[in-house]
Amino acid sequence: MKNKSLIFSLLFVIMNLAAQAQNVEMADTMRSNGKIFVVVVVAAVVSIVLSIYMISIDKKVSKLEKKINESK
Amino acid sequence: MTTKSNSISRSWWWKILAIVMLVYTFIMGFLGPVPAMPIINESIRNLYFHVTMWMAMITLMFVNVVYSLKYLSSGKLYHDLVGEESARMAMVFASAGLITGMIWANFTWGAPWVNDPQLNGTAATMLIYAAYFILRNAITDEIKRARIGSVYGIFAFVMMFVFIMIIPKMNDSLHPGKGGNPGFNKYDLDSNMRMVFYPAVIGWTLFGVWMMSLRVRLRKIEEKIHNA
Repeated sequence: MKNKSLIFSLLFVIMNLAAQAQNVEMADTMRSNGKIFVVVVVAAVVSIVLSIYMISIDKKVSKLEKKINESK
Repeated sequence: MTTKSNSISRSWWWKILAIVMLVYTFIMGFLGPVPAMPIINESIRNLYFHVTMWMAMITLMFVNVVYSLKYLSSGKLYHDLVGEESARMAMVFASAGLITGMIWANFTWGAPWVNDPQLNGTAATMLIYAAYFILRNAITDEIKRARIGSVYGIFAFVMMFVFIMIIPKMNDSLHPGKGGNPGFNKYDLDSNMRMVFYPAVIGWTLFGVWMMSLRVRLRKIEEKIHNA
């Protein structure tokens, strides 16, 4: 009798744990039905635009360096 | 002046590498598989955007120490200039890391600032580096400023190491890998996350070095105009 209740309570705990593990909310559905790819593309575009801007600054600095070295 | 560091700051391969790594981070950072864990949920992806800020900061502070030592042994003001600009860039990354950390903490720990040795240590580190700039600006003689700044820079790096890497590990901290908490590398940081995390660290660090080198070059131009 005592053994039985112990097994039952253990089973209950395990089931609870399993249920909890399944309940962890991740963006799985969002990824399949939602528009997470739109966000990814937007983030990628932002990083590319910032990088292109950095390249243009770099080129400008190089030009200035050239100019100043020639005039010296 | 065509020094070796000058030609590296003008070459493109590592800048392209930084861009590739960052774009990869921004795509795989959202789409890559992550372990499902309670409380932290999808916010575990902040590893690629928050933790990398600190990695870039520590790298740039290391650059500061290297160039401080270089200045002290060579006496070239150019080395001091690189040291100063790397510390400045490190502060930019520290600010970004602090703000993103407060946002993350607000939603996982319940408050933007908890009494955590890692957080307080970071605040102390930022104050120490703020004092670096105050100290520099207080000295008008540029050779004296470079020498004192370099010596202080070495001291500041040691204090940063103590405040960020040692004290939080000796006390209980909410951060993983500190006190009683298991580190990310135990089970959280699985190989899928490593595939994004390491490129993210490299990408952000190189991007920071790039921005720093641009400022150094601008300062050099400024100097030449001033001397002409």
